[in-house]
Amino acid sequence: MALAKTGGLKRYYDVNGWLFIAPALTLIGIFLIYPIFRSLFLSFYSGKGMMLKFAGFGNITRLANDPVFLKALINTTTFFVIQVPIMIVLALILASLLNMDRLKFAGFFRTAIFLPCVASLVAYSVLFKSMFSVDGVINQALMAIGLIGMPIGWLTEPFWAKVLVILAITWRWTGYNMIFYLAALQNIDKSIYEAARIDGVPAWARFVHLTIPMLKPVILFTTIISTIGTIQLFDEVYNLTEGKGGPADATITLSLYIYNLTFRFMPSFGYAATVSYVIVLMVAVLSFLQFYAARERS
Amino acid sequence: MTQIATPSPRVRRLLPETATYITLSIAAFVSVFPFLWMLISSTNTSIDIIKGKTSFGAAFSTNVVNFFTQVDVPLVFWNSAKVSILTTLLTIAVSSLAGYGFEMFRSKMRDRLYALVLLTLMVPFAALMIPLFMMMGRAGLINTHIGILLPTIASAFIIFYFRQSTKAFPTELRDAAKVDGLKEWQIFLYIYVPVMRSTFAAAFVIIFMTSWNNYLWPLIVLQSNETKTITLVVSSLASAYYPDFGVVMIGTILATLPTLLVFFIMQRQFVAGMLGSVK
Repeated sequence: MALAKTGGLKRYYDVNGWLFIAPALTLIGIFLIYPIFRSLFLSFYSGKGMMLKFAGFGNITRLANDPVFLKALINTTTFFVIQVPIMIVLALILASLLNMDRLKFAGFFRTAIFLPCVASLVAYSVLFKSMFSVDGVINQALMAIGLIGMPIGWLTEPFWAKVLVILAITWRWTGYNMIFYLAALQNIDKSIYEAARIDGVPAWARFVHLTIPMLKPVILFTTIISTIGTIQLFDEVYNLTEGKGGPADATITLSLYIYNLTFRFMPSFGYAATVSYVIVLMVAVLSFLQFYAARERS
Repeated sequence: MTQIATPSPRVRRLLPETATYITLSIAAFVSVFPFLWMLISSTNTSIDIIKGKTSFGAAFSTNVVNFFTQVDVPLVFWNSAKVSILTTLLTIAVSSLAGYGFEMFRSKMRDRLYALVLLTLMVPFAALMIPLFMMMGRAGLINTHIGILLPTIASAFIIFYFRQSTKAFPTELRDAAKVDGLKEWQIFLYIYVPVMRSTFAAAFVIIFMTSWNNYLWPLIVLQSNETKTITLVVSSLASAYYPDFGVVMIGTILATLPTLLVFFIMQRQFVAGMLGSVK
């Protein structure tokens, strides 16, 4: 490999190296890196439409006194704090059930539970909207089995509207997370479980003391990507609530608020950019946690 | 009954097994039900749908006819297909080249740039959409499909996926090809692409589905009926003041069908593509 030191080969190596990555780097530079700095720059400006003027930290003061922003922040946080743990636990239980020996119809169950991942976010939101109408199929079923006496106003009562959003996201993403756990479980030696079973360890204890500790890295990974996804929640609330995030802003998320600030009324690009940086910060903190956790693992 | 009072080993084994099947059946039913609901409701009138009718009705042809009169179906489908297929092909081209380049031609500078690429994974779209919209406005690309395409081609995740997969590409093949006098682009095109075809297939599935289902960015950019994609059409039909859910159901079926087909034909690649990120 003495040749590697000569200039010709090194240049050949370099020219090719740059040529292969140049298209991707150009696109990422223009459509990802430039806009993220442009947004930061915009967040110091205020005004309507293209009439922007420098506002310093004015937008941040406005943020602190904006009740809708506060609502959007609280809603977004509520959604991921409640929804992500429920979904992760459900996905873990389903994955460990599917991983059992001699399970019949395993392929059928796996495909069925995974199927929601194929639905587009818009399509399933619209389906849920029709299923959860006041006289709709869900209320009727719940009343038939005696769980509720009166129909629930899923789309009209603030509390239930939030529950509906959580139910919807859980339906869509549980199977997705389950696939990650199934893949990880299949790499675990089955004889550990067999030994625990012979020693008389009950199923729930095997789940808590064997499955969860062994899957910790994947659980952490999926928790963080799910949280990042939920922080950016938009399609579902937009389509469940005709773009309003109602009733009475009960389901408005940060992304929906940014959209409304920018595209529903006379655009406030500067202030919307400031709100978007709240999302950037939240995602950055989570990504940092993930990076930190991944390094600790290795 | 006496058997349950003093469980025999056989019953002790059967009990959790039954619970497992019941739990999985409920989960499977809940997962599949909205799809069934979509099929059943496509045969019912809007009023019946809202009232929760769970049996097939006779309104299917009316719903189809109404959908086709309200929506220019061939045009909308052509818009969606054009955007998704072009996005998929371009993203694959750009990202596979980058994945190969970053892995095969390592240098300190390029490794640093790769770290920067990975850093963009954490940039939320909400923080990009305002500057991107302003850029597209200046470039005159609002309401065009190119305006949709351009920002979605640069995908750090797909580049990452290709680079990770390239680690499994046998370098002996590349060395042998070099001895035979092949240039780098020839090695990429004639050796790398065929050898890595399962990686390409998985990337195809993932990008196509994401692009077909993409909503927020098209919602911002596409403003006229002539350019709208199927997702936008379904959304606007359903957000009318009095939506005709029978018509909406035909829309959701048409919007879901292509991704459902891709999933059932390429299920293995689909799962492989998804898991690609944790390997």
